[in-house]
This record gives sequence, C-alpha cells and structure tokens, in this order.
Amino acid sequence: MRIIVPIKQVPETNAVRMDEETGTMVREGVEAIVNPLDLYAIEVALRLREAHDGEVVVVTMGPPKADKALREAIAMGCDAGVLVSNKAFAGSDTWSTSYVVAASIRRIGACDLIVCGERATDGDTGQVGPGIAAFLDLPVATYVGKVEEVTDKTVRVHRLVEDGHEVLELDLPAVLTVVKEVGDPRLPTLRGKQRAKKVEIPTWGPDDLDVEAESLGLKGSPTRVVKIFRPQVARECEKVTATDDSGVAEAVGRVVAFLQEKELI
Amino acid sequence: MEYEGVWILAEQSGGRVTRIGHELLTRARDLAAKRGTEVTALIFGSEIDAGDLQELIDRGADRVIAVEAAELAHFLVEPYAACMLNILDEYRPEIIIAGATSTGRTLMPYVAVKAHTGLTADCTVLDIEDETGNLLQTRPAIGGNIMATIKTPAHRPQMATVRPHSTKPAGKQDGRAGEIVRVEAPAELLAGRVRRVDFVPSEEGHGIQDADRVVAVGRGIKKGENIPVMQDLAEALDAALGATRDVVDRGWLSYPHQIGLSGKTITPKLYIGAGASGSIQHLAGMQTSENIVAINTDPDAQIFRVADIGVVGDLFEVVPALAKRIRQTKAQDQQ
Repeated sequence: MRIIVPIKQVPETNAVRMDEETGTMVREGVEAIVNPLDLYAIEVALRLREAHDGEVVVVTMGPPKADKALREAIAMGCDAGVLVSNKAFAGSDTWSTSYVVAASIRRIGACDLIVCGERATDGDTGQVGPGIAAFLDLPVATYVGKVEEVTDKTVRVHRLVEDGHEVLELDLPAVLTVVKEVGDPRLPTLRGKQRAKKVEIPTWGPDDLDVEAESLGLKGSPTRVVKIFRPQVARECEKVTATDDSGVAEAVGRVVAFLQEKELI
Repeated sequence: MEYEGVWILAEQSGGRVTRIGHELLTRARDLAAKRGTEVTALIFGSEIDAGDLQELIDRGADRVIAVEAAELAHFLVEPYAACMLNILDEYRPEIIIAGATSTGRTLMPYVAVKAHTGLTADCTVLDIEDETGNLLQTRPAIGGNIMATIKTPAHRPQMATVRPHSTKPAGKQDGRAGEIVRVEAPAELLAGRVRRVDFVPSEEGHGIQDADRVVAVGRGIKKGENIPVMQDLAEALDAALGATRDVVDRGWLSYPHQIGLSGKTITPKLYIGAGASGSIQHLAGMQTSENIVAINTDPDAQIFRVADIGVVGDLFEVVPALAKRIRQTKAQDQQ
C-alpha cells in the first residue's frame, strides 16, 4: 500500500524566547525540528508498510531548510520525500496550506492513505489535516488513537472523542489525523541515516503543481493576522511567606480564611 | 444577498443538546449586540429533544435551525459537512462559531475549505472591529508564547472555534421569544464513506473540565510517588486532580489530567496549584478560574501573576498542613 505523510518543520517551542520590546519571537538559536506530533503519523505509516508492504512518502511545504525534516523522516524509515518550497507559498494560512499540500499529494499520485499528525506545535490549529481531506474530497477521521485493521478497500480506526472512542470504518483512500495513543515513534536507524544523506529530494514550486496563483501564499489566504502581542495576565496577588513552621501555619490559615470567604468550604 | 447574522453550531448527544451550545450563546449574544444583528443556533441530529431546542432560545438564540435525519444522529464528517454547506448557502450567515470539540475541530476546517473561507482555531477572545464590522479573533500561538489577532476581511462566513469551558453558559430567561425551525435533511446529502460501527464509552469519567474545584500539580512534586500528597488535598476539598504538561510528560499522571494549551482549559470556581511555576502553556488553560491559590517555593514564579493568594513555600510542608486544616474546618462546621 502507498501512504503519504504530510509533515511540518517547526521551531522547538520549549526553547522559544520572546523579545519583550517588540513582542516578536526570537528565532536565532531556536532549533527547527520535525513537528513532534507528526512523528506519530510517520510511525503509523511505517507500521502499516511493514504489515502490508508498499511505500511511505513524506511531503512538506516550507522553506528550503525544511529539507532536513524530510531527511529525518527518511532516516526513520520513510521511502521518499518531496519538498514543496517557493516564495509564492510564503504567508499561507491553513486554507492555502491545505490547498498546496493537497495539490502536491495529487502530483505524488495514487495512494491508499494520507496520515497526518493531529496538529503542529507552532500554529496549533489542527486544521490542515481535515483541510487536505476537503480539497481532495476524501473521507477523514481525526483524533485516531488506533488503526485496527486495513483491508484492500477499508480502514478501521478508533477515534478518540470527549467521552470515549468511536470505531469508524472508512473507504480507501482516506485521510487520518493521529494522536499520541497510536504508539511511540521509533528512532532513526544508522542505515536510515545513511540513506537519508544520499537520497535525492525533489523541490516543487507552483509551476510543478496544478494550482491557481491567486490561491497561494498570503494573497491566497482568507485570514489575515492583524496584530501579535504578548499575553497579559495579572491579578493582585496577595503573597504570604511560609518558610518556617509558624509561617506555614499562618499561610495555611490565610488560605483557609480565603476559601471560607469565597464560600468554597 | 448580503451575509447577515451571528450563528453558533450547537451539538447534541443522544438527542440532548450539550453544554457547548450554551457557552457559544454567551459569545454570540455579545457579538450580535455589537453587530446589531440576531443569533441563530444551528444543530444537526436525529429526534432532538424539543425542550432542549427551546432552551437554546431561552439562553439567547433568536432562531434555532435543527437539521434532522437518522444519519445525523452521530457526527460523521461528510453528511454533516454537506448539510452545513447547504444551510450556509441558503441563509448566508456573516459569522459562525463552533466549539473546539472533536466535532467542531473536524467539521469546521472541512467546511471552511469547501466554502472557501477563513477559519481561526481555539479563539480566546472574539470581538467586532468598529470601523469594518469584521470579526476579530484572538488566539494563542507558538505554544502560548504569543497571542495573535486574526480577521477574515474578504471571505464569508467568518468562522471560528472556541475552546469548551472558556466561557460560562449563557443565562436562561424562561419564555424568551424565538423561532424554532426543524427541517428534514435532504436525502441526497446523507451519503458518506465513513461508517460508525461502534462506540466505547471511556471509564475515566468527566474529570477536570466539569469539576468546580481543581487541585493542580506541577514538576515541583519531584516524583510520581509523591502524587498522593496532592491527591489528599484534592480529596479534602472534594476537588479533581489536574497537572501541568511536565507532570504528564513524565508519566506521573495520565493525559486526561493535563491542564493547558495542549491539554484542557478549565474554569472552575477554585484552582489550587502547587509546584507549578506557571508556564504560559499552563496559564492559558487555567487563568480564567474564578479563584486562584498558588503554592511555590520561588517568590518570582509566573503563576503568582494570576493568583489571588500566593503562598511562597515548600509544597511538601504547605499542602499536607492545608489539607489537615481544611478537614478540621469542615468538621467544626458540621458540629
């Protein structure tokens, strides 16, 4: 079976620092990694390939350096990678991103499954997976925690929802967005790393895809960022210090009085 | 035809309207007042409880449109999207907001693509821009390190999702006037390639999102074996136990306990956090709690910025003493 995994390169968000003056992100020194949630999608795809043969193709839209993310996926065991990169794609929102990724998947050709991470840790929207399904007019299951069975024509999955899980059966080809419960991603292998170094990764721009120029990048994006700012959070905090025994007793007394005052006990 | 009206996507389970619809009405009433327009609640299902539809009116909808068919009893992306696109095409709302639930987060992006319009996920603030009347959608990004305000200037409807429990349900006004439109879904829109073959309810219960009181633990607990220290305080307060991402990532508590951007947003009457420094990621999930008490050894911990009472001290000393005093106080009150 043929599986396509769209991935994203993201900044390591735990390392993100903010410029207090300008309220913008300091990008220098922040490592670019494969979106951690995409690793679960790669893992699902590789397991399915092991069970059913076939190939796993990773695709990413991003700057030229996103090539590294594809090579990391190949080092984990993916067969091939495609980089979709061009200035025309810059500033894409989720609509425009889904549009271009869907067009890239069409160009890669027939496949049985498209497996996405549930969301990217930078944009945090979770909209591109269902968006790709909508552009390709394919059935989609989100929040997939388990892929139970794949046949020639269908896939059966567990979809984790608020109060339990649904068992869904989808006709192939289909789009899945997966969550952590699918199983821990494997580490790159030495052989995979060697192959990843040498493998040729094509770069596709608008001319390589069946896309309309007016639907690309910032120009093609229905949404606009109006402003970016630091979250402001503040309350009048009454601080009590509890560094010795009498301090602890006093602090505990104050908290209990507060709870009583608010009728919480 | 002009685009007009503020719409919400209400949801049902087993024919009963769920809480998210009532929360969305709080947002919608505010936006409709600013925009000088009316509120419509859209809901898909099968044999939806009539009293519950009236309650949507009582809580602020001017009109309820219930689209029904046996195939819509449970969420399935294709028939839901087809019916929604059909309704949007007929009524042309200006704004539509949905909950960032498993349904909303799947249906809305699918529909936004097909309707060729913008969608903003997980908004914490929704407002109307004075000059243009555009919807201003504010949401956290980059792990909560920044807030971005986003608009959809040239496409309609303007679509947004908001997180469950990020607002209170709208108040109820018995006998409020409004129109209920029940329509049968056109059969040709109900086909799909996804079948729901089973449903397995979770055993975990509802947990932190529905709790009135939440006791949260951060990395300051040092190891998983120490969790009972916090569990004891939670029991004394009859509170649910929550955790920061650090604690869940280390496997000391399971994911359903996680509060924050990548976990759950909570708005309990009381939040008591211990050993949680207050990363932006965690603050985003709890700062709208009504009353906040924080316990931390570091007097400069970020969590004190959102707390009403901040105890600077060691949780291993403060928490057991607090649990004991609460039990004593409760026992005295009962005498």
